[in-house]
Amino acid sequence: MFRVKSVIWIAALFFVLACIPFVAHALDEPFYVTFFARVLVYALAACALNVVLGLAGLVSFGHAMFIGLGCYTVGILSYYGIDNGWIQLLVCIAACVVVGVLVGTVCLRTSGIGFIMITLAFSQMLYFLMISLTEFGGDDGLNIYAPSDFGFFQLDGSSEVYWAAWALLLALAVFLLRFRVSPFGMVLRATHINPRRVDAFGYSVFGVQLASYVMSGVITGIAGFLLANLTAFASPSYIAWHVSGELIVMVVIGGIGAVTGPIVGALAFLVMEDVLKGWTSHWMLIMGPIIVLIALLGRNQFAWLKACLKRPAPSAGPARPIASSSVAGESL
Amino acid sequence: MNAAANPLALRTSGLVRYFGGLKATNDVSFDIAPGELRAIIGPNGAGKTTLINLLTGELSAHEGRIFIGSNDVTAQPIQQRVGLGLLRSYQITSVFDAFTVYENVCLAARRKQGLGFAVWKPLTGYRDIADKALRVIQDCHLGDVAHVTADNLAYGQRRQLEIAMALAADPRILLLDEPMAGMSSAEGAAAVEMLRSLKGKYTILLVEHDMNAVFALADRISVLVYGSIVATGTVEEIRNHPEVRRAYLGDDEDA
Repeated sequence: MFRVKSVIWIAALFFVLACIPFVAHALDEPFYVTFFARVLVYALAACALNVVLGLAGLVSFGHAMFIGLGCYTVGILSYYGIDNGWIQLLVCIAACVVVGVLVGTVCLRTSGIGFIMITLAFSQMLYFLMISLTEFGGDDGLNIYAPSDFGFFQLDGSSEVYWAAWALLLALAVFLLRFRVSPFGMVLRATHINPRRVDAFGYSVFGVQLASYVMSGVITGIAGFLLANLTAFASPSYIAWHVSGELIVMVVIGGIGAVTGPIVGALAFLVMEDVLKGWTSHWMLIMGPIIVLIALLGRNQFAWLKACLKRPAPSAGPARPIASSSVAGESL
Repeated sequence: MNAAANPLALRTSGLVRYFGGLKATNDVSFDIAPGELRAIIGPNGAGKTTLINLLTGELSAHEGRIFIGSNDVTAQPIQQRVGLGLLRSYQITSVFDAFTVYENVCLAARRKQGLGFAVWKPLTGYRDIADKALRVIQDCHLGDVAHVTADNLAYGQRRQLEIAMALAADPRILLLDEPMAGMSSAEGAAAVEMLRSLKGKYTILLVEHDMNAVFALADRISVLVYGSIVATGTVEEIRNHPEVRRAYLGDDEDA
């Protein structure tokens, strides 16, 4: 079930990612570490979103809410002088579970457009709540003076956050590779294909969806936790609706449902943004059409790239088993 | 399929279901003994699928009661009824298109264990589930296409998969909604043979238009017309029943 190819691909991807800090160091460009730490943090959030978006087919347009929860857990706790990373992490997970269960229970009563709108609405509620809480900086955001302290190491610099995000992302990718084909993951994907039939086998569609939503929310919250440490800042702008939108775009660019898709998507999105920003202030004018093009080029986003690379080889691949099987069907 | 649990009786009394002003199910009472194969026949629109949806819990009954074995399940949701072993197949094929035949059947076979939070070991890596799934796949003549995704199957094979999924889920009562609809005559004959091999192992309620299949398989037949059961009897009794001939056999089903 675990295709050797995807394992090799993940190994290669993470090897390249592991090289980045050393390359940046050799080039004496520490900014790259900060930049790619941000990429990995968003990749973590995008992978988490992919659990609900890609596997369960639930378009959550409010995942920035969980990023905000993670950020403000760090921000508010350190504001009150609690900089113990374990406590912060525990509170962050607890907050995401509670909010995830409450919001998910309401949202999952709807589907399609309704689900999109309600998740967006909840996310906006947190956004405006944080804007109006002047105690915690309100509109201006909240500076975080003390990084999360985990005892044996502190998230007090870009490379620390980078390696923490790298390790978490690797763990998540390996987990998702197994999760996809586990009983739980299979039923989750089945709810996307045919919820009525899932019910007819006695599985609870709602239960499976809610569990996956909460799981996705917690992982996104941890991404927010890392983001707060990376920027030493918690701001309502992290919860803005366009952040939720960007996460969806990352998942779509990379290929919905594929395990490493969102990582590639986050990388492509943020690198593209950074390059174009350095080039022209009208970068959105160029990036927009590029995203539209990628989205139009098909479901399997990089299939066109593979097709281009494979072009020279003769196209007589192995015959698909489908053709022979439908013939076999006639002889029943 | 060899290690089937004991079949259970399925009984209803006075079932009524309205759709707006239309009485789609009108005072339906029947009593299917454990292990019996009961066929339900009736013209199009007689309310056969509605009756199945009432039995599974996908529709709620407006009046009357439903019993599985000795349990009154009238007010219980689908999950509870499935838990008692009530499984169905769909008239309109309803499988997981993106999954292979094997994965589809494994998903069904997992039913009894439930899910918990099994997120690590692959579904097809569970020995008992894989064994059961492969056995059912062989029994349903799907061995050649076990690793083909469902959307790439021929029509008859999709129908077969539909039944295989119901069988893999450890049923005690099977509700089969026109399992042979649209099959070629060769496929239909194979399906009749397969259903014959199931007789006695499960309580089966078979809704079917193919009269030859019904007469070949059924222990007893009930005739549903405009939502009411107008006759119940053995194959011989139904074949010769004057009202049945008028209402159904001579009317709708001369093909």
